[in-house]
Amino acid sequence: MSEFFHSVTLDQDLCHGCINCVKRCPTEAIRVRDGKAKILSDRCIDCGECIRICPHHAKKPIFDPLSVMDQYKYTVALPAPSLYGQFNNLDDVEIILRALIDMGFDAVFEVSRAAELVSDATRKMLSEGQLPRPVISSACPAVVRLVRVRFPDLIQHLLPLQAPVEVAARLAKKEAAERTGLPPEKIGCIFISPCAAKVTAVKMPLGTIKSAIDGVVAIRDVYPQMLRYMKEGVGSGEEYLSSGRMGIGWGSSGGESAALLNDRYLAADGIENVIRVLEDLEDEKLGSVDFVELNACSGGCVGGVLTVENPYIAKAKLKRVRKYLPVSCNRVGDGIPRQMKFDQEIQYEPVLQLDEDITVALRKLSQIEEISHQFSGLDCAACGAPSCKALAEDVVRGYNTPDACVFLLKNKMQSLANAACEQEGKIPAVPLGDRRE
Amino acid sequence: MSQAISFHYDVPGDDFTRAGEASSGVKKALKQVGLAPDIIRNVAIAMYEGEINMVIHAGGGQIDVDITPDAVRMVLKDQGPGIKDISLAMQEGWSTAPDDVRSLGFGAGMGLPNMKKYTDEMTVESTVGVGTTVTMTVFTHPQREAVS
Repeated sequence: MSEFFHSVTLDQDLCHGCINCVKRCPTEAIRVRDGKAKILSDRCIDCGECIRICPHHAKKPIFDPLSVMDQYKYTVALPAPSLYGQFNNLDDVEIILRALIDMGFDAVFEVSRAAELVSDATRKMLSEGQLPRPVISSACPAVVRLVRVRFPDLIQHLLPLQAPVEVAARLAKKEAAERTGLPPEKIGCIFISPCAAKVTAVKMPLGTIKSAIDGVVAIRDVYPQMLRYMKEGVGSGEEYLSSGRMGIGWGSSGGESAALLNDRYLAADGIENVIRVLEDLEDEKLGSVDFVELNACSGGCVGGVLTVENPYIAKAKLKRVRKYLPVSCNRVGDGIPRQMKFDQEIQYEPVLQLDEDITVALRKLSQIEEISHQFSGLDCAACGAPSCKALAEDVVRGYNTPDACVFLLKNKMQSLANAACEQEGKIPAVPLGDRRE
Repeated sequence: MSQAISFHYDVPGDDFTRAGEASSGVKKALKQVGLAPDIIRNVAIAMYEGEINMVIHAGGGQIDVDITPDAVRMVLKDQGPGIKDISLAMQEGWSTAPDDVRSLGFGAGMGLPNMKKYTDEMTVESTVGVGTTVTMTVFTHPQREAVS
């Protein structure tokens, strides 16, 4: 199994070893060991739930510092549509884009522009009717990772198109190279991201061999800098806006679906809801939809862990800024360009599998059933595993021992105490003279 | 004796919110065992159909699942009204489901036909007024063309 990179890191000093993240993790990927939270790398899907729940702020998302810009001769900002929903009383997206230029970027390529291309390509692919229905959106990297480890049968339903930010980076790099004559390695395409999972998607891409994105910076880092530059009227006066309502709508849940101009869709957001929809899809319980949009974060990308604003307020603001824009400004033309498609198939990673040998796996499964019955069934997580079943599985996999269960330990101590009591009276009394007063 | 593991589920009647619990439990176990995705899907769909049938028609029942390296065998037993004409019930689109059940999107007459479609072997034994037992087997090494 290949090594997994993740965009979540632990601050050992801040971690108290409590079980908040262990219980919240939707893929049971966290255990507390030796008093600190540990991520089981192969199970983590980078959804960011542990970052949100940690009361001690010990779970930190990984992203690049703004100084990543200094590594390139020419930089292109790739602002996510969710960025537009972070500001108060804003009606004109141009102000945001100019602020990015004033901050030091040489050019701007809106991710929403690429999103409109992806929407157009999706509409084409849906009308061609070649893809197995329903088609599942592949834009959310946490969802793609979840499908890859837990829903192997649904991999073939994933829309085989690159996510908008990847398309944006590829096009931006090409445009910048033509404009400046610089070699691609001197051009830095920097994503202004709401999402930590996108960092993983750049370092360990799915659906392609190498990402064209050179850096991922957090909206929350860029935000205070941008505010300084966002005074109306300041700036070059040049116009940068090149996307419409459809592209910007991608920033919140339902936006990608609405851009398909097809009513037969469903859009679910929040990782628990996403898992329920995937379970039902797997059992073929959703017969009549053509497209399924899934976003791991509540509210969609506006709910990402690197944002500043409350996701639902950001959603309302996003609606405001796109109100007077054209519907869509970008189309793919006749065919779908090759660089928009997956250039590598997504492979199943059977992380739940107990053993490669079915006979051994079955034996282990029986052991898990047997061992889990010894435990209290309270799923208290005091052992550091999220449930009694998970501890049983850890025991069978050799990662822990049944004694990690505090109830088993208590029973053991109780029976030791009982045995000691039974012995009372049988043990010869201590001679009085030896007593120390 | 070959390795095997068994699961037992009691399916409550008339509770649609819980229908599917047994099949998703088995689905998870099969992923842990590491069976091929299409085999898991066949088991999950067939079992879910059976579970829903129990809830709609029979007021619940019991499911026993045996997993061996070679096959997944599901025995679904209920004490419901029984099926008068099994061959009629096996026809696609034939249904006795009441309107309130149909309005929930169930009862399209595809239950038994789908169960047969997704399994390698299926037998239905039924006595009117006594109950129905459906036995289904999915082999882990495909012995026929995949259902698409």
